[in-house]
Amino acid sequence: MNWSSWISLSRIFALMVKELRVLFRDKRTRFVVIGPPLIQLLIFGYAATFELKQAPIAILNQDRGIISQEIIGRLEGSDSFEVVAHLHNQQKVNQLINEKKALVVVSFPMDFSSRLLKDGTTDLQVIVDGRNSNTALLAQNDVAGVVQTFNQLWAEQHNLKQPPITLVPRNWFNENLENNWFFVPGIVALIVLIVSLLITALSVAREREEGTFDQLLVTPCLPIEILIGKSLPGMMVALLESNVIILIAIFWFDVPFRGDYWLLQLSMMFFIISAIGVGLMISSLSTTQQQALLGAFMFMVPAVILSGFATPIENMPEVIQWLTYLDPMRYFLVIVRGIFLQDVGMDVVWSQIWPMAIIAMVTLSMAGWLFRHRTA
Amino acid sequence: MSNSTTPLAVQSLNKCFVLPNRKIEALSDVSFELKPGRVTGLIGADGAGKTTLMRLIAGLLQYEEGEIRVLGLDVATQSLAVQSMIGYMPQQFGLYQDLTVRENLSLYADLQGVPEHTRAERFEFLLSMMGMNAFYDRLAGNLSGGMKQKLGLACTLVKAPQLLLLDEPTVGVDPVSRRELWQIVYQLVEKEGMSVLLSTAYLDEAERCDDIKLLHEGKLLAEGPPKKFSEAMLQRTFLVSHPQLSKRDLKKQLDTLSMVKDALIFGDALRVLTQDSIDSTDVLSKALEKSSGMTGYQIEPVAPRFEDAFVDRLAVQEGEVAGGDSNQSAFSSTQLSSSQETAEQTTQGPAIQVKELVCKFGDFVAVDHLSFSVERGEIFGLLGANGAGKTTTFRMLCGLLPATSGHLEVVGLNLRHARAQARAKLGYMSQKFSLYGVMTVEQNLAFYSQVYGLKGKQRQERINWAVETFDLQEILSQNSHDLPLGFKQRLAMACALMHEPDILFLDEPTSGVDPLGRRDFWDKINALADQGVTIMVTTHFMEEAEYCDRMAIMASGSILSLGTPGEIKEQEGVSDMEEAFVRIVQSGKSRKAPDKEDTSDDEEEAS
Repeated sequence: MNWSSWISLSRIFALMVKELRVLFRDKRTRFVVIGPPLIQLLIFGYAATFELKQAPIAILNQDRGIISQEIIGRLEGSDSFEVVAHLHNQQKVNQLINEKKALVVVSFPMDFSSRLLKDGTTDLQVIVDGRNSNTALLAQNDVAGVVQTFNQLWAEQHNLKQPPITLVPRNWFNENLENNWFFVPGIVALIVLIVSLLITALSVAREREEGTFDQLLVTPCLPIEILIGKSLPGMMVALLESNVIILIAIFWFDVPFRGDYWLLQLSMMFFIISAIGVGLMISSLSTTQQQALLGAFMFMVPAVILSGFATPIENMPEVIQWLTYLDPMRYFLVIVRGIFLQDVGMDVVWSQIWPMAIIAMVTLSMAGWLFRHRTA
Repeated sequence: MSNSTTPLAVQSLNKCFVLPNRKIEALSDVSFELKPGRVTGLIGADGAGKTTLMRLIAGLLQYEEGEIRVLGLDVATQSLAVQSMIGYMPQQFGLYQDLTVRENLSLYADLQGVPEHTRAERFEFLLSMMGMNAFYDRLAGNLSGGMKQKLGLACTLVKAPQLLLLDEPTVGVDPVSRRELWQIVYQLVEKEGMSVLLSTAYLDEAERCDDIKLLHEGKLLAEGPPKKFSEAMLQRTFLVSHPQLSKRDLKKQLDTLSMVKDALIFGDALRVLTQDSIDSTDVLSKALEKSSGMTGYQIEPVAPRFEDAFVDRLAVQEGEVAGGDSNQSAFSSTQLSSSQETAEQTTQGPAIQVKELVCKFGDFVAVDHLSFSVERGEIFGLLGANGAGKTTTFRMLCGLLPATSGHLEVVGLNLRHARAQARAKLGYMSQKFSLYGVMTVEQNLAFYSQVYGLKGKQRQERINWAVETFDLQEILSQNSHDLPLGFKQRLAMACALMHEPDILFLDEPTSGVDPLGRRDFWDKINALADQGVTIMVTTHFMEEAEYCDRMAIMASGSILSLGTPGEIKEQEGVSDMEEAFVRIVQSGKSRKAPDKEDTSDDEEEAS
């Protein structure tokens, strides 16, 4: 068999060195790769609130009185909530929150009604899943809203000066409900996506524009070699940058890091390779860098919105929810938030890694095929 | 001095560009005047300063020293007034591809403030002159290359300017459309009385101008009517051939004669320029017989061309052509191959074999059942009008485009099944510089040597060979993007030859290169062919066609004519390749599809 039909490591190495040189010898590309991600991290690090609809809520009612029933009725009637379970003991609460079956558990203590009737005041405990601090905060506010309406009515009827029910909030995983905790790990995902996409989306298109791609295609290089030669440098740069961002998240934004660092690196590699696949595919379809840039943004914006970065996927219409399965960021977001705030294990991570691996395989093969078969 | 009737007067003009590691004197001490109502050709190779001069005149660039007056106005201080009186068509004219012909015209009429009521008449006048009045509603993007150029010209002319600046309007345009453009320019001068300054790198277009300004490396080398140039060359230009000698061997003999200033392969013979005028061809034949000991040379005088005058002047300026000569001999003695393997082919048979080759883009058949073969060591040219399918064929041959059907064999390897192996045996060099611009010369050499699978000692040897042969030592650590044009081309050739290919593919390699540079390049190519390397050239540039051993002229995806340049010219009964080309293409069109001429395809332009 002839040597040139086999993959050659020295050719791949030459391609990688070339790719890194092209990336870093030019001032402008150097800036595009390094500048914007850091700026984005700082801007997004301090951001936004959102609206809540049909949040899953569970009710633990140990009270025998009638007043709890009235509040439950009001919660059930609210558009913000959907009551998913009525519980009878404390153990179930842990399970529901851990498995994300409920975002909020409203817990009525045994003496809820009797204390209110006797003392005029009583406590209501609200347990919120703090991993998503945005939604948690919103959920807590919405529960408070319902309780407040009841409070006003009850106070008027019974001529009380103080609000009768006091909310006792408990945020699990994120005790102080710090917005950043939830948001910053998401930004890590966002920036990894942007960097890997931009580096690769421009690479083939730039070579087409400058005529070097033809020059490359007439060499004995196989498409798979070009693919690896273009993917690995992108992977290296993206990994390096995302680790810088992770460090900033931990030390600047004080986000706790509870999980396994190496597990995060492993998942990040899969995420990056899937983003690189998409980037190379867009690049292979484009004839100019401008087209490639437009293409990258056409992918990036929906990918971010559909990932659950800003709004929970569960709140999206069902058809749109199906679409999110095509979005690699959706999977990585679960991992990065899980590892940062929760110390999730391999079982959770694996269930998110394999879909990213499939996306990577499909997009990379498409890109490799397009290298040689793009005609017009 | 100039007054307001002088369309253009340039006085001691200087312009520099500063790059990080070098300063380019784009123009130095240029002075000239334009005669009113004439077509003046600004002639020079790429990088001579033509575009810079055009942009300075149009007031788009600022100059450091000197003065430019357009119709008596100073461009530096009254650039707006000047711009309203001139028409300027840059090389890449900004046509909006998604607007129709009429919309493009209206847009430029708006931009130039042409009154509404005069427009319809003006548009009709221009488009009928261009022969395009049937295409008002066609999208500009769907026009052929030649027609786009004509529309660009029409847009420049929506408001009749007094001075028209055309920056290389004929570049990349096939000879048929090129002729039409020239006719239009002369009609304009006649009907509107405007003065035209037209730049071109095609030296054969010099003879079409009323007056010539010859620009070389930023300096005005010569000026005057074309006749003045050719008269000095009288009795100095001859066609030499010998029935037993190959043209390359004959060239070697001629190059040794001191009385021969320039010997250039021209079709089946050699075009010779002597040092001084000689009364009879006997003088030359005697000198040849004396040096070679052979007889039977056929020598006939030919009419001088503008290029002869250019070469004559350049050679004097650069201290004899000897520089080029020694370079060439250095190249052939170094040999293409360090191992001598290339010359002894391992497999037999033709270098390229094509049978029933088809390429379709959707419904459009770009290449229609093409068959031909190219022998080893042959220089083969592929010519055709824009959209004729030559680029598509060329790209299929070097493996850049998959064929729809048919058989395609390169150095005995089937391009369908053994693509990577076949690619290892071919070299490719495109007209556009296509190496990595942000990498240094050394890094480019290292990259291509690795990608072609060279290793260890052999790799170092080949890099040394490239550095030596192409004289790259001094520029090794410079970014290749900032190199002067000539160096870029040498580097590109070095990278293409690094792996000692059996076939070299060249895409318009020397259009726009100055005549000495072109001779130097083709000397190297001839030396390669002598060593058994097959050369495949595609070009629009008729001069390059003359250097080929055999050539094919294509139209609508098939070959209309195939043979040596001499045979093709003979078939059509003309002595000029461009004339032969135009005749073949036009008769082919009228035969094939009489009214389909303009539904152009442009599959090639898009790629």
